[in-house]
Amino acid sequence: MNEQLTILLVVIPLIAAPITALFKNKDIAWAITLLVSTACFVLSVIIMLDVIDGKHVIYELGGWRPPWGIEYKIDALNAFIALIVSGIATISSIYAKSSVEHEIDDSTIPLFYAAFQLCLLGLLGIALTGDVFNLFVFLEISSLSTYALISMGKHRKALTAAFSYLILGTVGATFFLIGVGFLFAASGSLNTADIAQRFETFAHMQLVETALIFMVLGIALKAAVFPLHSWLPNAYSQAPSAVSVFLSATATKVSIYALYRVLFDLYPVQYWVDMLMPQILLSLGCVAVIYGSYRAWQQVEMKRLLAFSSVAQIGYMIIGLALLNQNGLTASIMHLFNHAVIKATLFMGAGILLYRANTTDLGSLRGMGRDIPWSFAAMVIAGLSLIGVPGTVGFITKWYLLESAIETGQWIVVVTIVIGSVLAIGYVWKIVESLYFRSSRKVHIHAVESGDDSVGKTPIGMAVALWIGAGLCIFFGLNTDLSFDAATTAALSLLKQ
Amino acid sequence: MIDYIVGHINYWLIIAVMMVGLYTLMSRSNLIKKLAGLAMFQTAVILFYVSLGKVDGGTVPIVAEGYTLYSNPLPQVLMLTAIVVGVATTALGFALVIRIKEAYESVEEHEISQMDEKE
Repeated sequence: MNEQLTILLVVIPLIAAPITALFKNKDIAWAITLLVSTACFVLSVIIMLDVIDGKHVIYELGGWRPPWGIEYKIDALNAFIALIVSGIATISSIYAKSSVEHEIDDSTIPLFYAAFQLCLLGLLGIALTGDVFNLFVFLEISSLSTYALISMGKHRKALTAAFSYLILGTVGATFFLIGVGFLFAASGSLNTADIAQRFETFAHMQLVETALIFMVLGIALKAAVFPLHSWLPNAYSQAPSAVSVFLSATATKVSIYALYRVLFDLYPVQYWVDMLMPQILLSLGCVAVIYGSYRAWQQVEMKRLLAFSSVAQIGYMIIGLALLNQNGLTASIMHLFNHAVIKATLFMGAGILLYRANTTDLGSLRGMGRDIPWSFAAMVIAGLSLIGVPGTVGFITKWYLLESAIETGQWIVVVTIVIGSVLAIGYVWKIVESLYFRSSRKVHIHAVESGDDSVGKTPIGMAVALWIGAGLCIFFGLNTDLSFDAATTAALSLLKQ
Repeated sequence: MIDYIVGHINYWLIIAVMMVGLYTLMSRSNLIKKLAGLAMFQTAVILFYVSLGKVDGGTVPIVAEGYTLYSNPLPQVLMLTAIVVGVATTALGFALVIRIKEAYESVEEHEISQMDEKE
């Protein structure tokens, strides 16, 4: 029974997206999107409960036996990623209704939602598939819809941001495709499990090493691992708010997941340890944390600040991966979830400010925090999580990351985490200071349609979504059972222990 | 040595096409030319896959009397998908260029970034 559910996760948005595009009515389009995301979320929860104790669910597409056919092999990690993606999709669709009506032309709203569902489909597909070429196809489905979504931003800079993301994203995906081709030439197979099983028979070929480098580079571009992050700040800060919320929480996370799969499942760990890959990743991760946090601290525009903070947070995930022990990997996987929740909440807050004041420029927003105390409180909760204050989700990750760094004696990582946290305090304080403690100033409202009375209050959907996010930051900070169990099971299965 | 170079002639040519594409992509300021470079880069990968499937002396993969050696059809099937992805990417890229032209009155990257900085 559950095997069939896995494919439904991909099929439901695939069928719903073109139908959504046919409707002219923006409310119907939104309702379908909400329904689809909720359905995917419920399915992911059911699958998650099934695999959390280490079982597998296997689905063979079209009844073709692997390695010839495409196989979906769901373990705790797949289900966890699918859960993050569909959960965030649900929250962003609740949030999207008013935000999208505010930012996008009525006539293109159904198309927007269709692209949103395609993006969801692509990301879920990456999370589920056990076939490397299929992974490439889903990567491109999600990327193509992402470019379209980003280009719908209000400002014309959104177009150039989408274009440069298109160029870099396609180069990244093509690199991945080259890597897959090399590996296929060496192994004659595209099935992850099959390649891993027969790895010894072709491990001596130079081709295999080149394939790994191409694949890792391609995915790192997609995941915005420092120094390949240059597309991210523009793309996230120019995209429509609902898109920033969804993408910042899911797109890079799914690419990091693909990195786990390539490094731990496709290749034996010892193989890339011999290539000094952990050292390289560890250094890049540390630089990313410090550079990202520092650049975030420099920004004066809130969405850009949050985007640079994402670069830093991706650094933490890479560090966790490169530490190569159970605690580190658990922290890395948990941070996928924790950061998704935190960053979604913060971008939702930024979207509310954009909705009400039509700007996210911190200078123009002075004193706004006192006018919107509730939304601002939710943002502060998420900001504290980003810093890693005890009782919030951010603390849990940093705790395990520190534990793992001390276990392996990587003191540089300890220092990096401390510096990163201090800088995080700096940039979160920057938001709090200008929104709450600066003397308030008449907000410069740019280009608001005349007679628009919606600016005065936060729409209920946006407020609900924001508080769901803030609630999750606290809930999973205090009650870590679900996320910790899932992450531990996933880490153990990756490390083959 | 000569045998090695001549024997892999298809791969050398593919690498050349790939590098021309990548160089165009990086060096040109005109967005249309950038997309052309990107399309070449992708095409080179498609050619690479297709030439992977060729088996010396192999025939088309249809089971028939008298033939035992077949070329591998799988890479070509994969590339059908990749071609579709490539076309979609190029189309989306051109659509973006048209919108950029409307918004900026230019398709030259350096002019556009100058305009962005002025704001």
